[in-house]
Amino acid sequence: MKELFPAKQVMGFVFSLILTAVALIVYFMDMSFAAGMTILLVTAFIQAGLQLVVFMHAGETEDKGAIYTNIYYGVAMALITILGTLLCMIWGYI
Amino acid sequence: MEFFDRFAVPHPSPAIYASMVAISLTALAVIAGLTHFKKWGYLWREWLTTVDHKRIGIMYLISALLMLFRGGVDAIMLRAQLATPDAKLLDAQHYNEIFTTHGVVMILFMAMPFIMALMNFVVPLQIGARDVAFPRLNALSFWLFFMGAMLFNISFVVGGSPDAGWTSYFPLAGNDFSTSVGTNYYMIAIQIAGIGTLMTGINFMTTILKMRAPGMTMMKMPMFTWSSLVANLIIVFAFPVLTVALAMGTMDRLFGTNFFTTDNGGMDMLWANLFWVWGHPEVYILILPAFGIYSEIISTFARRNLYGYKSMVYSMVVIAAYSFLVWAHHFFTMGQGALTNSIFSITTMAIAVPTGVKIFNWLFTLYKGKIEFTTPMLYAILFIPLFTLGGVTGVMLAMSAADYQYHNTMFLVAHFHNVIIPGVVFAMLAGLTYYWPKMFGFMLNEKIGKWTAWLLSIGFILAFMPMYITGLDGQARRMYTYSESTGFGPLNMVSFIGAAIMGIGFILIVYNIYYSTRYASRDISADPWDARTLEWATHTPVPEYNFAAVPQADSIEPLWDAKKKGHVLFKDKFEKIHMPNNSGMPFIIGCIFFAWGFSFVFGLWVPLIITTIGIFVTMALRSFEKDHGHYISVEKIEETETKLRGAK
Ligand code: HEM
Ligand SMILES: [Cu+2]
Repeated sequence: MKELFPAKQVMGFVFSLILTAVALIVYFMDMSFAAGMTILLVTAFIQAGLQLVVFMHAGETEDKGAIYTNIYYGVAMALITILGTLLCMIWGYI
Repeated sequence: MEFFDRFAVPHPSPAIYASMVAISLTALAVIAGLTHFKKWGYLWREWLTTVDHKRIGIMYLISALLMLFRGGVDAIMLRAQLATPDAKLLDAQHYNEIFTTHGVVMILFMAMPFIMALMNFVVPLQIGARDVAFPRLNALSFWLFFMGAMLFNISFVVGGSPDAGWTSYFPLAGNDFSTSVGTNYYMIAIQIAGIGTLMTGINFMTTILKMRAPGMTMMKMPMFTWSSLVANLIIVFAFPVLTVALAMGTMDRLFGTNFFTTDNGGMDMLWANLFWVWGHPEVYILILPAFGIYSEIISTFARRNLYGYKSMVYSMVVIAAYSFLVWAHHFFTMGQGALTNSIFSITTMAIAVPTGVKIFNWLFTLYKGKIEFTTPMLYAILFIPLFTLGGVTGVMLAMSAADYQYHNTMFLVAHFHNVIIPGVVFAMLAGLTYYWPKMFGFMLNEKIGKWTAWLLSIGFILAFMPMYITGLDGQARRMYTYSESTGFGPLNMVSFIGAAIMGIGFILIVYNIYYSTRYASRDISADPWDARTLEWATHTPVPEYNFAAVPQADSIEPLWDAKKKGHVLFKDKFEKIHMPNNSGMPFIIGCIFFAWGFSFVFGLWVPLIITTIGIFVTMALRSFEKDHGHYISVEKIEETETKLRGAK
């Protein structure tokens, strides 16, 4: 019975519901823009990681190396793009 | 009648009416021809529904050559207008439309499919695979590209061409300044083709990572395969940015959002930013496979293995990462401060280092090689000095302070043509000549081929070197004319002559195809260049299943090992082969996408909703379809093999 019950997935599902609820708080509570954005960003990234690992089974097959390399590369590129854009359009714009 | 007014061209000229007539006549002729020779069934069974990577490659090739001519005619018109001061051949509006179309067509609908053509045809063969990882997706990629390209191409006769440049900067591209549907075409046609490209990226990454022949580790992959892997990696990370930017642009134009407007919280510079976040990696998507082709050709005709294989691979991987770090060099003059510009200047200059490593590796490969001057090799040898010149002017442009002088002048135009033409176009023509015998079973004529290479190079030098000078003297880019007192006249005339010589070169390519089809010997071996990698280890024409038995690779040059060192390529006996079935679905989805795009461009909401539903229905149908492919029996393989071996 234990092998049949997808405990990891159910836990993952509950956790992602919690994350959604936490994100929703931002809408209902009166908080500063910075605090709201921080909560949204943090929950969004955990949520995305959860999806990849628990529901899309990253790391469960033998091409795990290639998959994680791709993910890290993607995250790095996304960060560079966003920070670079902020640099060009806001911080370094005169 | 009012309904149909929207399809009228806002700024017509006799040339456009003539094109309408020519297009209709050609379409009629094609339909009549197909009916007369009873070829509809053949076309449908063998081409429109095919999932075979080799045929898809050939279809990409044909599209790319057609688009080369479309873009080439545009180029000649631009140069003819600029040949003399105060010329009246084109007015400002037509000049705008033509350089926009020329830019988009050349980059997205000529260079990209040309690369896709070679990648499709060569990569699976080179890694010893039977097809790509997702053959049907591959067909869908092609049809989306093709329909996107066709949608873009009808713009000048239905509703009006885009005219905001191939970069389509906002606010110029917004509704206030671009009132015709032209820019809608830009946004939506490129979107459709771009989705196809993104799928190709995923498909080829999977293919190369998962389907290599036994023994072929990552560090034993041939250079073209490596370059394709890296290019597809860049596609996967860069194209989503374009997708998003185009979607935002479309919404600004059609649904009144304010992403890129100048008021209501919009940020017009964000478009330029996002465009180049995609745009700079895009140029590496084009150049890396070109480098791969040169590597194959140089090593084949220098008759030795490629010098510095590992450094070649590492430099490509480094380029892939760097290509995402430099985009702001396209708008040094648009408002960032010195710190930001300096950062991007330095990253840009740094990218010259891995590129330089590659140039030196080719030179070292040539050094002490027994060089054989075939047409592909001639292109490769011409490429090295010409491309290096383009690279050097690139480093000049990378200096942000100096860029205030170069920006938006003909100097820049000369620079990017200087890297794109000897870099990408020559590579594609070299690759075309090199792989032609494998594709079609006969060689292209060497003499005409060499004439072409020389004409293109001389034409290129005449056409673009003067532009460096007039650019430094202040001739602006995208200006439809200039006065006589500027003194730009004579050099622009030289430029026009160069463009005309290049035009002759391009016509010679077609003549060569015609001539060789008629007269070339069909009695050639499967390995006519005495090459080194697996794509030459199978028969010509390549059978549907590519390799009767799975080849074994122990080094980067398995075929060479087999020829010189007694390496056994095919160890196994024949077994039945599993192959994918043909499918009409990709073509049909492509057609629906065309109708969808057309409705979108003109804001025809009812057809848009219907076609959107149509797209989802086809996807749902695919999910429920049971298609397990088919098997080719051992007897059938033996029969094919004996027949083909006879020719060998
Ligand atoms: C026969 C060879 C070619 C000639 C004579 C030629 C000529 C020109 C001319 C005159 C312009 C416009 C300059 C201006 O007024 O701004 C232009 C722009 C451009 N060309 Fe070419 N070209 C050629 C081939 C190519 C190729 C092969 C590509 C790319 C694969 C290409 C990509 C572009 C792009 C992206 C632009 C910029 C368009 C814009 O400003 O929006 N060209 N070319
Ligand atoms: Cu760039």
